[in-house]
Amino acid sequence: MKALLSGNEAIARGAYEYGVKVASAYPGTPSSEILKNTAEYKDVIYVEWATNEKVATEVAIGASFGGSRTMTTMKSAGANVACDPLVAFTHTGVHGGFVMVICGDPGMASSSTEQDDRYFAKLARCPILEPSDSQEAKEFVGLALDLSEKFDIPVILRSTTGLSHSKSLVELGERTEHECKGFERNIPKYCLLPAYARKLRTWLLERERLLTEWGNESDINRIEPGCKEIGIISSGVTYQAAKEVMPNASFLKLGMTFPLPMEKIKKFAASVDKLFVVEELEPFIEEHIKAAGIPVIGKEVFPMEGEFTPDRIAAGFIKAGIDLPRWKNMAEIVANPPKSVPRLPVQCAGCPHRGISMAIKKLDLNVCGDIGCYDLITLPPFEHMHTDLEMGGSVGNAIGVNRAGKQDKPTVAVIGDSTFFHSGMTGLLNAAYNKSNLTLLIFNNSITGMTGGQFNPGTEYTLSGVPADPVSIPEICKSLGVKDVQVVDPYDYNACLDALKKATSHDGVSVVMTNRPCMLYPKKYVAPQKCEVVADKCIGCHICLKQCTCPAFELTEQTTDKGKLIPRIKADECVGCTICAQICPKDAIREVK
Amino acid sequence: MANYKETQNVLIVGCGGQGVILASNILSDVLSCIDGMDVKKAETHGMSQRGGSVHAQVRFGEKVYAPFISPGEAQVILAFEEAEGLRWSHYLAKDGVMILNQERVIPPLAFVGMADYPEESLDNLKKRDDVKCIDANKMAKEIGNVKVASVVLLGALAAMLDFPEKTWKENLEKRVPAKALEANMKAFDAGYAAMKAL
Repeated sequence: MKALLSGNEAIARGAYEYGVKVASAYPGTPSSEILKNTAEYKDVIYVEWATNEKVATEVAIGASFGGSRTMTTMKSAGANVACDPLVAFTHTGVHGGFVMVICGDPGMASSSTEQDDRYFAKLARCPILEPSDSQEAKEFVGLALDLSEKFDIPVILRSTTGLSHSKSLVELGERTEHECKGFERNIPKYCLLPAYARKLRTWLLERERLLTEWGNESDINRIEPGCKEIGIISSGVTYQAAKEVMPNASFLKLGMTFPLPMEKIKKFAASVDKLFVVEELEPFIEEHIKAAGIPVIGKEVFPMEGEFTPDRIAAGFIKAGIDLPRWKNMAEIVANPPKSVPRLPVQCAGCPHRGISMAIKKLDLNVCGDIGCYDLITLPPFEHMHTDLEMGGSVGNAIGVNRAGKQDKPTVAVIGDSTFFHSGMTGLLNAAYNKSNLTLLIFNNSITGMTGGQFNPGTEYTLSGVPADPVSIPEICKSLGVKDVQVVDPYDYNACLDALKKATSHDGVSVVMTNRPCMLYPKKYVAPQKCEVVADKCIGCHICLKQCTCPAFELTEQTTDKGKLIPRIKADECVGCTICAQICPKDAIREVK
Repeated sequence: MANYKETQNVLIVGCGGQGVILASNILSDVLSCIDGMDVKKAETHGMSQRGGSVHAQVRFGEKVYAPFISPGEAQVILAFEEAEGLRWSHYLAKDGVMILNQERVIPPLAFVGMADYPEESLDNLKKRDDVKCIDANKMAKEIGNVKVASVVLLGALAAMLDFPEKTWKENLEKRVPAKALEANMKAFDAGYAAMKAL
C-alpha cells in the first residue's frame, strides 16, 4: 500500500518497520514531527521527549548499550548540543543499531543559524546518509540501522526542511522485530579511558576504511547515465531539484556523503566532459573531490547559503555558460517579486507572554533573550529583546553583561519553561553559586509552544500519555540557591510591573516566573468571558491596538464623534485576558460573559 | 489540464486558520487515488499559527522531481486571501489561472500604521484576465456555515482540474466532520458551479 508521507512521517515509519525499540528526542523545527509520528507506534516503541538533545542522545546510546535498535532526532542547533556524546560514541561503537536524525534548515525558515550538518559526520567520523524523498527517508532508516550494526558505528541520517516538510509517495511495509540482545559488558570497548580510547581511535579509522569500500560498491551511491557532456554529483532533496533543472544530464546520486566513495567518483568524473557538484551550503563534497585532483565546478557558480530551489540551481548552471531556455527568465521574476503586506508573527490573542512583555517595555530593561515564542519581544510593538542566540544562553549572557561593568539600565534574562529545563537551570545555578547579579524572568506557559506544543517536565503528561508529576519551577530555583523567587499572573499588568521593579531593585539573584498556560496547547483555550469595546467611551486613541497588537482586534467603519475609528474585538478570537482593558486610559473596554 | 505527462503545479496560498492545508490535503488525496500518478507536496510549517502566511505547493504528473514549484510555473494558484494572492502572483504561469478569494485578513500591525495593505496593486491584479475573483466567504455564509469557505474554494479548484467529481467528494468526506458533511458538499458544488460560470 502506498501513502503520501512527509519526510518526517516517513522517518517515523522507518523506525517502526525496521524494529526501533527506543526513541528519545528534543523538539526543534524542522525535526519535531518525527517523534510525534513515532509516538503513533508507542505500543512497540518506547518514545519520550527528553529535556535536551544531549540527554536524548545519551538515552538512545544507552538503549543501544542495552541491546536494542534505537533512534534520536533533532534540528541542527540540537546536534550542536548533542555533539559531545556523538563523538564519544563513534569511538566505542554500538551494541544495538543506532541512528541519529539531524534535520538542517538551509534558508533558516525556523532557525537562528544556518549550518551544514555533514561536518558532524566528518568530525565524529561516522557515516551520514542523505535521503532525497520520503521513500528513501523510510528505507534509509533501515539501512542506517543495518550499517550501524554491521560496521559497529552510530549512523547519522540527514534531512533538511525541503525533505522533512514535503510529501511524496511511500510504499508501506510490515514491522520486522529485532530482539533485545541484552546489556553487553566489555570494558575496553565501552569505557573511554585514554589507554582504551587510543586503540578505539585506530579501529575507528579502520571502520571508516571499510565503510568507504562499502560505499564504492553499494547502490546507495548510484550512477544514472545521461548525456556525456554534463555530469552532476548531488545528494538529498537537492538531487531532486538538480534533476528538475537538468533531467538529461548524467548523475552520480550520493546516498552516503561521508565517507565519500572516491573510487566511484573518479570513475564517474572520467565518464563525463564537465563535472559539477550541486550541494546546499558548504562545499563539502567539492573539497574532497578537488583535494583528489579532479577538476569540478561547484561554489564558483552555486551559492553558499539558502535553500536550493530549482531556480537557484538553474542560475548557477546559466552562470557556468549552459543554455537553459526554461529557466533563463526566472532570475528576473525572482528579483522583482510583487510587494504585499508583511505578516510579521504576533503573539496570539490571550498569549500569557503579552502582559509581561509590555511591562518589560514600560520599564525599559536591557533584555538577554532565549529561544521560544517570547522571541517575538524582538519585533514590533515591543522591540525589547536585545540579544537572542541559543537555547539556555540568556542566563549566562545576562550574568556576563552585569559582570562587564555598571550598566545604565537593569539587565534581565528571559527564558521559557522548556528552555529552562533544557539548559537554563545550569546557568541559574552558576549565578547563585558565584553570587552574580541576575534577574531571570521565566515565561512559564507549561508547554514547549513554539515547536507545536510538546510536553515537558512541567506538563501533566509524558509523550506516551502517562500521567506525570509536573515539576515546580519555583522549587527548583530555590533549591539552586535563589532566595528571591516571585510568581506573577501575566494577566495582571500592574502585578507584572511591580514584580519586575522589585526583582531588579536589589543586587544578587532573583527570579520572576509567570504562571498562565499557553492559549493553543495542549488544547485551544476557550474563555468563559470576553472583552468588548464600549463605543461611546472610546476616544479612538488606539493605545490598545498599538501596545497589544492582539489579533482579536479589528478596525471597522464605526467612528467616534471626532471621526476616529473605533476598534472592535472579535468575540471568536478574544479569550478575555483583559490586558487591553487594563491599559485603556478611558476605561472603554469591559468584560462580558 | 488533461495532459499529465508534463508535471502540473497547483499553488494554494492564504493565512493561518483559513484551511489552506486542508484543501491541499484533499487535493493530494485525490491525486494519490490515480494509478501511476506521481505526487509531491511542500508546505509551510511553524509560524503560521501566529498570523503568518501559509502556502502549499502540489506537483503531480508521470514523474515529479523537486517538491517546489518554480516562479512563473504554477498552472493554478488558489488564493484564500487577497494580499497572499498578490504575494505569490509572480508564480503564475503564462497560461495559468489564479482563483482569488475576495477575503482580506488585515495583519494587526497594519491597523496601527506599521504596515500597508496593498490596495493599489490589488486593484491592478483583479483587472487581469487570468485572475478570477470569487467570494467564497459570502457563499459559505449563504450556505449557513462560514467555515466551509475553504471547501467552496476547493470546489472552484476542482472545476479547473480534470478529475471525476466522485473522487473529490469521496476524499472530501474523509477529511471533514460528519456533522458538517452536508454543508461541505453544498460548498463544494457552489464553488464548482461558480468557477464554471466564470
